[in-house]
Amino acid sequence: MTQIEQFNYDNKIVRNFGIATVIWGVVGMLVGLWAAIQLYEPAANLGNQFTTFGRIRPLHTNAVIFAFVGNAIFMGVYYSLQRLLKARMFSDMLSKIHFWGWQLIIVAAAITLPLGMTSSHEYAELEWPIDIAITLIWVVFGWNMFGTILRRREKHLYVAIWFYIATFVTVAVLHIVNSFQLPISLFKSYYWYAGVQDALVQWWYGHNAVAFFLTTPFLGLMYYYLPKAANRPVYSYKLSILHFWTLIFIYIWAGPHHLLYTSLPDWAQSLGTVFSIMLIAPSWGGMINGLLTVRGAWDKVREDPILKFFVVGITAYGMATLEGPLLSLRNVNALAHYTDWIVGHVHVGALGWNGLLTFAILYWLAPKIYNTSLFSKKLANTHFWLATLGIIFYAVPMYWSGWEQGQMWKEFGVDGRLVYPEFIKTTINILPLHIMRSIGGTIYLIGVFLMVYNLWKTMKSGKLVANESAEAPALVKENPKGEYWHRVIERKPTMLLILSLIVILIGGMVEMMPTFLVKSNVPTIAAVQPYTPLELEGRDLYIREGCVNCHSQMIRPFRSETERYGDYSKAGEFVYDHPFLWGSKRTGPDLAREGGSKLKKSDGWHYSHLVDPTSMTDQSIMPPYPWLAEQDLNTSMTASKINAMRTLGVPYKEGFENQAVDALNKQAEEIAARLKDEGIRDNDGLEISSKKEIIAIIAYLQRLGTDISKTETATN
Amino acid sequence: MFKQFLHGAEGMDQYLIFSMIVFMVFFAGVVAYLFLMKKEDAEELSQIPLNESTTLNDNTHENV
Ligand code: HEC
Repeated sequence: MTQIEQFNYDNKIVRNFGIATVIWGVVGMLVGLWAAIQLYEPAANLGNQFTTFGRIRPLHTNAVIFAFVGNAIFMGVYYSLQRLLKARMFSDMLSKIHFWGWQLIIVAAAITLPLGMTSSHEYAELEWPIDIAITLIWVVFGWNMFGTILRRREKHLYVAIWFYIATFVTVAVLHIVNSFQLPISLFKSYYWYAGVQDALVQWWYGHNAVAFFLTTPFLGLMYYYLPKAANRPVYSYKLSILHFWTLIFIYIWAGPHHLLYTSLPDWAQSLGTVFSIMLIAPSWGGMINGLLTVRGAWDKVREDPILKFFVVGITAYGMATLEGPLLSLRNVNALAHYTDWIVGHVHVGALGWNGLLTFAILYWLAPKIYNTSLFSKKLANTHFWLATLGIIFYAVPMYWSGWEQGQMWKEFGVDGRLVYPEFIKTTINILPLHIMRSIGGTIYLIGVFLMVYNLWKTMKSGKLVANESAEAPALVKENPKGEYWHRVIERKPTMLLILSLIVILIGGMVEMMPTFLVKSNVPTIAAVQPYTPLELEGRDLYIREGCVNCHSQMIRPFRSETERYGDYSKAGEFVYDHPFLWGSKRTGPDLAREGGSKLKKSDGWHYSHLVDPTSMTDQSIMPPYPWLAEQDLNTSMTASKINAMRTLGVPYKEGFENQAVDALNKQAEEIAARLKDEGIRDNDGLEISSKKEIIAIIAYLQRLGTDISKTETATN
Repeated sequence: MFKQFLHGAEGMDQYLIFSMIVFMVFFAGVVAYLFLMKKEDAEELSQIPLNESTTLNDNTHENV
C-alpha cells in the first residue's frame, strides 16, 4: 500500500523572486531607455561620469539579463520544480541564501559598473570578487535544485527539468572559463587570455550566455507553463526530447559567428557558421512544439492575455532564432556586424521572447500563489498590445538603421572613393531612427508599468499562500525483482547532468583547443611591442570609461574598411592585449589604427575632442569626457600592473616595474609639452598638467595601430 | 582569407568534418532513443505538469 504523504510547497520564495523580477525589470529597462536617449542627446548623461553611456550600457545589459531575466528564471524554476517533483524545495535556508545572495550581487553590479569597475568582457563585466560571489550563489542554486530532485515523489524527470539541469551545468562552466583573471587589486584584474584567444573565449561565453541563460531555462519554463496555461499537454513530448539534446549540442559550437571576418582563424569561423545554420532546426522544432501545444485552442488565445503573451513570445523566439543563423552567413554578417541590426536582433529576443514569456508567467503565477484571480484582464490585454507595439517600434527602426549604416559605410562613388569618408555623416543620418527606437522602448515600458499596477492590485486582493499544502504518494519500490526505484532516481538526474556536461564540453573543446595548442594560429609580428606604462594606464582608462561600447578595434579585410581605417587587423597585433578590445558595435568609428598614418591626429586634437567632441567634429554624439582632464592619473598600481602583465606573458624586462612610473612621467611630460606647443589650455586658461588622466588616454590612442605600420607582417 | 592563416588552416577541414561526424553520431543516438521510446510512455510523461497534487482550491486560472 503506497503511503500518501502531506507536504507544503514554498510559495514565498517564488513570490520574492517574482517581486525582484519586476523591480529589476523596471530598473534595467529604464537604464536602457536612458542609454538609448544618450545616443542622440549625449547631454542626457547629466554631465556625470557615473551615468555616461560607456558605463551605463553594461549596467543596462547586466540588469536585464542577470537581474530581470535571472530572477524570472529562479521564480519560474522554484515554482515549477516543486510541482514537477511533488516536493518542497530541498532547503528553505538555501533558497533564502540564493535569493538574497543574488540580489546582493545585482546591487554590487549596480554600484561597481557606474564606478567604471569593469573587466570589459561583454555580459561578463563584473570584477573578480563579484565573479566569485556569482559562482558561490550558483552552487547554492544547484545544490538546492539537486537536493529537491533527489527527494522527489515523482519518479520521472519532466523535460523542463532537463533544461534546468543543462542550464545549471553549462552556465557554471561558461562562467568559470570566462572568469580566468589575474587580480591586481580588489577591483581590477587582467584576463588570463590575450587577443584572439581572449576574443574566442569571450564570444564562446557571450553566445552561450544567450543560449544557456536566455534560452534553455526559458524553454524549460515554456514546457511547464504553456501546458499549464493552455491546460493541455505539450504537443509532442518526443519532439521536446529531440529539441533538448540537439539544441544543447549545437548551441555551444556557434560562438565564433560573433567573430566573422576578424583575426580569428578561418576554420573556427567556418565552424561557427556551420553550426549556427544547423541551429535553426532545433530552435524551430521547439517553437513549433510550443505553438502546436495551443492548437485547437485558438479561441482561448483570443480570450486569454496570458496565452497571447506566450504565442507572441514564442513567435519572437522563432524569429530571433531564424535571424541569428542568417546573421551568421558571411555576406549578411559583413553588412550587419557592428551595426544597429544586431541591436534589433537581440531585442526581438530579449523583449519578445524573454520579456513576453516572463510577463505571461507573472500573470499566471501571481493569482495562483495569492489564491485569487487577476485584478484586470483588460489591463493585461492592454499590456500585451503595448508590448507588441513597443517591440515593433523598437525593432523596425533598428533594422532600418542597421541597414542604412551598413550601406553607407560601404558605399563607393564613381571616383572609387568612399562616399561618406566622414563617419559622423553616417551617424547623423540614423538619429531619427534612434529617436523612434526610444519611443518604442517607452511604449514597452508603459506596458510594464501597467503590469506592475495590475499585479499589485492582484496581490492586494488575495493573500499569499506561503506554504501551499499538497499530497502525493511516496516513491516506493516498484519493481518486485528487487530494483529499487530510488536507485534509478538517484542515477538519472546525475546521468543527465553528466551527459549534458559531456555534450557541451565536446563543442567547447573542439572549438578552443586548436587556438590554444597550435601556435601557428596566432602568428607573431616582430614589430608588435608591449604597451608603455602610460599607454597601459591609458588603456585601462579606455576600459573604465567603456569606450569599447561604441568603438571597435578590429578592421575587417574589406576595401571599404581598409580605405576608411587602414590595413586590416592581424591576429599578431593583439598578443599583448589582456583583455582584447575588439568591440561589437560601431557607434563611433573603428580605432584600431587611430594613431597610424591614415587617421593620425595631433595630441591637441584628441585633447579638445575628448573634453568636448563637438568642438572637433560638428554634431558629434560622442559623450564629452571633461573629467579626464580634471582627474589626476593614479599611478599607485602601475608597477603591479607591469608585474601582472609579465606574469601573463608580456615580455617586460625583469625589474622594469621599478622604472615604470618614471617612464610614465617622462612620456606624459612629452605629451604635455606638445599640448603646450599646440596652444592647448584648460578651462582656467592654464597649461595642461602632465599628471592628468587625459594624457594617458591620448598616449594610448596615439599608440593604436602604430606597430604594424613599422614593418611588414611576419608569418611566425 | 588571411594569408598568414593558410599555414595554420591546413588540415583544418578535417576539423569541420570531424565535428559533423560527431554530431551525426550523437543525433543518430537521440533519434534511436526516441524511436525505442513507447508512445504511451511519452504521453504519460507529457501529463506530468497537469497532475496537480496541491490540495488548494484551484479555481484561479478560470477566472483570469
Ligand atoms: C556613445 C558612443 C561613444 C562613446 C562611449 C565613445 N565614443 Fe568616441 N566617438 C563616437 C562617435 C559617434 C565618434 C565620431 C564623431 C566624432 O568624431 O566625434 C567618435 C569619435 C572618436 C574619435 C575620433 C576617431 C576618428 O578617427 O575620427 C576618437 C579618437 C574617439 N572617439 C575616442 C573615444 C574614447 C577614447 C572614448 C572613451 C573615453 C570614446 N571615444 C567613447 C562615439 C563614442
